[in-house]
Amino acid sequence: MKRRTMATSLEDFSARDIASLQRRLFMKRGLSLGALTLLSGCDVTNRDSVQKVLNAMSRWNDGAQAWLFDPNRLAPEFPESAITRPFPFNAYYGVEEVRRVDAGTWRLEVGGLVREKKPWTLTELYALPQTSQVTRHICVEGWSAIGKWSGVRFSDFLQRIGADTTAKYVGFRCADDYSTSIDMATALHPQTQLTLRFADQVLPAEFGFPMKLRMPTKLGFKNPKHVTALFVTNDYPGGYWEDQGYNWYSGS
Amino acid sequence: MIAADPAYIRLHPLLVRVTHWVNAFAILIMVASGWRIYNASPLFGFRFPGELTLGGWLAGAIQWHFAAMWLLAVNGVIYLVYGIVSGHLRRKLLPLNPSAVFRDVRDALRGRLVHDDLSVYNAAQRAAYLGAIAILLALVASGLVVWKPVQFHALGVLMGDYEGARLVHFFAMAALVLFVVVHVAMVLLVPRTLPSMFTGRVKIKGGTT
Repeated sequence: MKRRTMATSLEDFSARDIASLQRRLFMKRGLSLGALTLLSGCDVTNRDSVQKVLNAMSRWNDGAQAWLFDPNRLAPEFPESAITRPFPFNAYYGVEEVRRVDAGTWRLEVGGLVREKKPWTLTELYALPQTSQVTRHICVEGWSAIGKWSGVRFSDFLQRIGADTTAKYVGFRCADDYSTSIDMATALHPQTQLTLRFADQVLPAEFGFPMKLRMPTKLGFKNPKHVTALFVTNDYPGGYWEDQGYNWYSGS
Repeated sequence: MIAADPAYIRLHPLLVRVTHWVNAFAILIMVASGWRIYNASPLFGFRFPGELTLGGWLAGAIQWHFAAMWLLAVNGVIYLVYGIVSGHLRRKLLPLNPSAVFRDVRDALRGRLVHDDLSVYNAAQRAAYLGAIAILLALVASGLVVWKPVQFHALGVLMGDYEGARLVHFFAMAALVLFVVVHVAMVLLVPRTLPSMFTGRVKIKGGTT
């Protein structure tokens, strides 16, 4: 699997900038006091090698999760009475900064290893066959909530646009400058959905209007909101949180 | 040669000593990083002090937790397979007599528990060590459900799905921390047990030097 390291993703910076940035990143999210106590005796340069080992283990865990993932195993579905109300909002910004996307001018761009690259309007997506699910959304922070999502089965959509389903990744770009990417096996899972409705209503702005990707087999942050572009690729696309150290696969 | 020295008795096989310290190291990482993960979305009305946690932020803590879990699991499997196949577990930890456990715990609390022969575990020790193994198995099982609630759904049904497994994971952690506190306190009370966990042997009381 091709992976970009932090250094190559920052190739526009000078070496000194990178060193100072990495130091600051380290201060912010590196080892805590507890870790320093634990590793007392190791000198400062060893902290970089510890981080290298942790990154390598995270990639190993991507592989372990892909191996554990059963493409036919469905996430449990719940009765509508189990739905969490109110459903929590979460993003890398506060609820007051939620993007307002204009339905009329919004287009879903599709690119990469696909046959039909024509952008999609919202009306065209609404006209496709729809499915619903009541499933548990699990946040990487630990909390969970049950909701009802409706929309287009993603594997149907990929088939419709003639996607190369032997490719490794599907990447997503969003109106809120968020991005993420998933493995093809999860993209083809029957519960992976291009979501247009939440709780039988048009998808509200805070949950990703006009369209989000819903996957009950992955943690919440892997479910991008306000999606504006998706692309099929064999080059590891990374993502907003993934590039900062969150485990890429993050499957359930 | 050492084992043949009449002043010493062999106490812990090498494999038990190595897996003991690897386990201790893995548990330290798992608990400290687990507390940081807990702090991201506390189950109860408190957070663990940040200085006692590992990882710096949630993503770092998750990296530590999901790296050390392999150390804990592989080490645990080696210990259990060895313990079962060699008969070590049966010899040292069985039989377990509930009334003897009660008596020994009561005596220990009164400071009357005799501890002359370190090669034989008293009933309180047997209960504690078997309990620690059971707690670790519960931690691994509930941890698998929290990590992969869809793939390990059948296991999750036993503990109330994802949210139930979070509670089991938390309380099993609390039980394990309690075990570690008591275990370390007991070592401090009978300090000559500590070197034996490195050397594997202990000097016989009153033996020649």
